[in-house]
Parts: sequence; structure tokens; C-alpha cells
Amino acid sequence: MAIGGNRRGKSGGRPEALTDQVDFASGPASSSLLEVRDLRIHFPTDDGLVRAVDGVSFKLERGKTLGIVGESGSGKSVTSLGIMGLHHGTSTKIEGQVWLDGEDLVTAAPSRVRELRGSKMAMIFQDPLSSMHPFYTVGAQISEAYLVHNNVGKKVARKHAIEMLNRVGIPQAASRVDAYPHEFSGGMRQRAMIAMALSCDPELLIADEPTTALDVTVQAQILDLISDLQEEYGSAVIMITHDLGVVAELSDDILVMYAGKPVEYGSAEDIFGRARHPYAWGLLASMPRIDEERVTRLVPIPGTPPSLIHVPSGCAFHPRCSYTELTDGRCVAEVPRLRELEPGHLAACHLTAGQRMEIRGEDIDGAGITREDK
Amino acid sequence: MSTSLTEVGPAGSGGADGDALLRVTGLVKHFPVTRGVIFRRKVGAVQAVDGVSFSVEAGQTFGLVGESGCGKTTTGRLLTRLLEPTGGKIIFDGHDISHLSAGKMRPLRRDVQMIFQDPYSSLNPRHTVGAIVGAPLRLQKVQTEKGTKATVQELLELVGLNPEHYNRYPHEFSGGQRQRIGIARTLALKPKLIIADEPVSALDVSIQAQVVNLLEDLQNELGLTYVVIAHDLSVVRHISDRVAVMYLGKLVETAARDQLYSRPRHPYTVALMSAVPVPEPVRGVGGTRERRKRIRLTGDVPSPLNPPLACRFHTRCWKAQDICRSQEPPLAELAPGHQVACHFPENTSPAA
Repeated sequence: MAIGGNRRGKSGGRPEALTDQVDFASGPASSSLLEVRDLRIHFPTDDGLVRAVDGVSFKLERGKTLGIVGESGSGKSVTSLGIMGLHHGTSTKIEGQVWLDGEDLVTAAPSRVRELRGSKMAMIFQDPLSSMHPFYTVGAQISEAYLVHNNVGKKVARKHAIEMLNRVGIPQAASRVDAYPHEFSGGMRQRAMIAMALSCDPELLIADEPTTALDVTVQAQILDLISDLQEEYGSAVIMITHDLGVVAELSDDILVMYAGKPVEYGSAEDIFGRARHPYAWGLLASMPRIDEERVTRLVPIPGTPPSLIHVPSGCAFHPRCSYTELTDGRCVAEVPRLRELEPGHLAACHLTAGQRMEIRGEDIDGAGITREDK
Repeated sequence: MSTSLTEVGPAGSGGADGDALLRVTGLVKHFPVTRGVIFRRKVGAVQAVDGVSFSVEAGQTFGLVGESGCGKTTTGRLLTRLLEPTGGKIIFDGHDISHLSAGKMRPLRRDVQMIFQDPYSSLNPRHTVGAIVGAPLRLQKVQTEKGTKATVQELLELVGLNPEHYNRYPHEFSGGQRQRIGIARTLALKPKLIIADEPVSALDVSIQAQVVNLLEDLQNELGLTYVVIAHDLSVVRHISDRVAVMYLGKLVETAARDQLYSRPRHPYTVALMSAVPVPEPVRGVGGTRERRKRIRLTGDVPSPLNPPLACRFHTRCWKAQDICRSQEPPLAELAPGHQVACHFPENTSPAA
């Protein structure tokens, strides 16, 4: 890896650097549970090639949480489906590498990925009503993965399902195990879904908008539950969401995506305290906040997210960015590389530290100025 | 529950009630639950809205927040008279519209319009934008000076769309643009009151801000009155002048925006606000991630088919005492313009 290494002087622990300069020759270079390298997922359509994910790389350690944020169409869900190997059998084009504990899932046989899916890695989907089968009992759906991956009988699997329901906090689990999804409330369905995902103690848990369909009080319960279970199992979690509040609550590190590309990556403090990319500034400025003084007017990001077939030239964000004229046309002509601006904090933007400082005021870039420019 | 009619105090805004454009008193909507095919027996009722009172002043924005199933959408549909209320009164601009027939309601429809949540399902995919935005004019047989087409193009411009897109179809637009089309249609008849049911919750954050700003601009320009129904407390705070919190068909608290958000009094409001995730990571001493301290409500909202007796929040409330289970707290004015329905309100010490 071009950068990587022991950033921040901390011993291991957190997910490591992400870059678009990847040494493809080497195998799994680190002890990370998950390492995604230059992942590209393209869908050929009648209208052209949809570049849903275009060069995403990151690492994730056990016990840590990576938050992926972005608007709809930014490629965050496609990335997670790609990791889970759920694009197989379609005309999807997948390039890059996904190393899960020393195995590349992109080149692995579908049968091997199938073995890992549900046991070593599992996923919580956004809408628990449409992702559960209405004709099967909740218990049957929870025990399915357990039956497939473990050599046990139905009785044991049923007992295990009850235990899982108990663990995710569903009251009267022993009788609820025979209930159908429609008999559960939204929050309980999401709990059942989590029970399903965790039934084989996965080491990697991908949660794709796990609380978007839920009310705030239930959302708080579910986020707590995910945190508790993560502590208990030591799983690594990828949290995909458009809600910056949810990300701040759970993530160690955050990856901001725009039009299929990573635009900024850093620790939660980096992104929320010292964001470097104009898109991240835009996202933070456009949301009304309950914890701060009410602003008289919100600052939206102008325009709309681009089509993934006709991605704008240069930086995909340039048509919506207010600072494009500062770079003498580089934003329009040249795709910005993801650069490390301070240890562990990367952004793909042509602005210089000096320009960012002028735009955002002193406290934003601090040390970056001496290291980068002068 | 007819008792709630008398228990609920007068309309929502404290004091100056004189120029209320909309006044709602003791609004009730029960949906009957029936059994049997030929002989439909009524076996119960979903008490979706059960004695809600508030008033909205002209030119103001009234925010209605609550979790799903609390009756906020039903309230909105009652206000637009898309539903017939079971009880209570809706007085709009001096007219009692609570039980007006569809025919008598028709002329008033010009004044009360609705913005819907889902910009995908609320626009007919087979109609052009021009036909969609012009539909209210056609249905109400309104002749505009410059003709329908010019008026529609003006409306499109007003909401920030290109008037030349008159002949396009909804699928050619993004979510935010579609919501603008819906807003243009809402404005076609120059309404006085707009009920916006979750106007931005289907949109991305960056687009949300655009639409929120548009709604505010239109209000300033056209003197509109809004009732905004939403579950997102931050959006409601941003957009509203007065806010009411609903729980299981009843108002539990209503106050001016700043008063409500700085000193929430009902335990439910307090819990709701503390549950909102804040985009500010919390770190402990060792740099490890820490969880925000918050009031954790357990369980789900009870079924409105069989709501808890007395205070409906007592099953999830950490302050509940015997009186909460036996006696329903009235919506009482605890501070000027701040009404709370609780036996043991929070934040009661005099303001610092």
C-alpha cells in the first residue's frame, strides 16, 4: 500500500488507510479482517455502463465500526452487496479485491462465498418487512442459516433461534419463535432480522440502513443493541446510512461516498470536526441540528446527484461545488486522487490547504498547511 | 372516549387566538374494526385521533411531531377533510368544515391544499408535468388571465423548475424535483393553508435543505400558513413556529418552538428529543467511542386499538405513578403558551 502503515502511532486497532494506489501484486498484506481494494462494480445497461462503485478501498479491523455515508445512488449499498457476493449470477462486472480474513471473495468460487455468507459475514437489510419471507415463521427464518452452516438437527436449531430472539431482546421468545413476520412490529422485525444475521456469530456484520424505517425511540434501541452485540461478539461492523447522526453515534471511522467514489475518509472526529471535502461540508451544513442553536436558513448543496452513466468529468462533485473556480479548471479536467492530508485522514479534492483555510477559517486545517504546501 | 372532549383545554396557541386561520377542538377519529361478512359487527375501534385541539395562526407554521401510528397523518387528512371526523370541530377561516359534504367542501378545497410525502407515488406517471400541475385549475374550472399553460409555467418557475419542462413526465425528474412538482401543484389554486405530510422525509439530506428553504421562501412570498407533519424533530424545529407533540392519538405537549425545544416538559417529549442521534461523535478518555447518555424508552408504541387507560404514555414512562394509571392528565397550561398533559412534568423549575 502506498500509505497505510502505523498511522497516528496507535497500535493496530482501527481500520487502516485507504488509497487509490494499490499494490495489486501482494496478497492480504495485513491482519485486518476485511480489506477492500479498488473495488469497482459496474452494471451494463441499455443506456450505458452504470459505474455504481468506482474504486473503493478500505480496511476494517475486528471489533471496529466503519460508517459509510452518502446520498442515494452514491454506491454505498452496492458496495456492501459486492462484499457479500450478492451480485453473482447477474451481468454485473466486479473488479478489485475483497479480502475477508485472507480470502479474496471476488475470485473465490460462488460455493465458497455461499459458505461464508451467513456464517462468517452477515447482513442486516434496511426494510425488515420486505426482506423477511411472509410465509415462514420468524423462527424458521432464523434457524435456516444455522441449519445450513452447522451440522445440527431441527430441534437444536429451533432452540438456538429462541436463544437468539432472547438475546436481541424480544419478550416471550419461546412463543414468538412461531410467529409470522406480520405479527411483529417494525422494531421487533428489525430485532428478528438482527437475530437472523447474528445466528452464526459472524465476524463481519454489514448493516445497510438498519434504522431508516424505524421511529427515533426504536432507532435508539436498535443502535444500542448493535453496539452491545458488537461488544459481545467482537464483530467488525460496516454501518451504511445516509443519517450523519447515526454514523457519528456508532462509527470509529467514516467513509464518505459520492457518485460511486470515496471522497473523504477518516476517523469520526476527522469527518465531523475537520472535514476537508466540500461535499462533506455541504452535507454537514445542509442538515438542521437539534443540538445546536437554530440557524435561520439551511445551506443546501445546489443541484442534484449526478447520473452514474454520465458521471461529470474531473471531480464528480464539481457541478455542485462552490469552489471549482479556485483551481484553474483542474476540478473539471482532472479526477482528484484520494490524498492523505493528515495521518489517517484522506480526501479527494484539488483545493490546497491554504484555500481550505481561507474558506473555512483557521481551525479547520491547522497542521495540514505546513506539511502539505509550504 | 367522549370524556376527552371536555378534558382537553381550549385551542393550542396560548392567549392571542383572535386571528387563528384554523382552529381544531376536540378532534376525534375512530376507525371501526368489524367482524363478519354479511352482518358486520363492530368489535372495536382504532382510536387514531382522540381529542386533539390546537389552532394555527395565519402566516405561521404549525409542526406536528410524533412516531408512526400516533395519528399525525390521520389528523392531517381530517384537516383537509379527506376523512370524516368522528367528533370535534374543525373551523377554517371562520367556517365550520367538520362535517361539510363533498360538494360543499369543493369550493373550500382551493384554500386548503396538501403536500404529500412520497414524490414518486403522488404524481401520475402517465401525465406530463403540465397536466399534473394544471389539474387543480382544470378540476376547479379556474380561468387564469394568461391561460393555464402560462400559469403552470409560472408555477414551475416559482418552485425552481425549468418552465420548458412542461411536457416532460415525472420519471424524468429526480426525487427533489418531483417534490417541487408536487409543491407547484399545491400552489396552483393559491391556497391559504397547506398541510404538508412529511414533505422532505423521502429526500436526501442535501435535497431536503433545498425543499425546506423553498417552503420557507414560498411562505414569505405568498403569506402561506403551514401545518407540517413530520417525525424528524430537527426538521420540525427548523421550520415551525409552534410545535405539538402527539402520542397515541393525543397531544401531550404544545408550545412555541424555542420553548418546546429548550424546556420540554412532557417525559415523552424529553425522551423523543434525547433519542435523536446527534452528528457529534462522543469520545471517552482513552479516545474510545462512547455512547451518548440518553433516556431509553423500552418497548413499542402500544396499539391504538386498545390504548392504555388514563395517561397513554404510562406503560413506557419512567416517572409513572399510580395516578398515571388511573387518572388522565389534562392538557394544562404550565407556562404561557406551553401546554402539557402530564402529572409529573419535567423542567418545571423557574427558568434560569
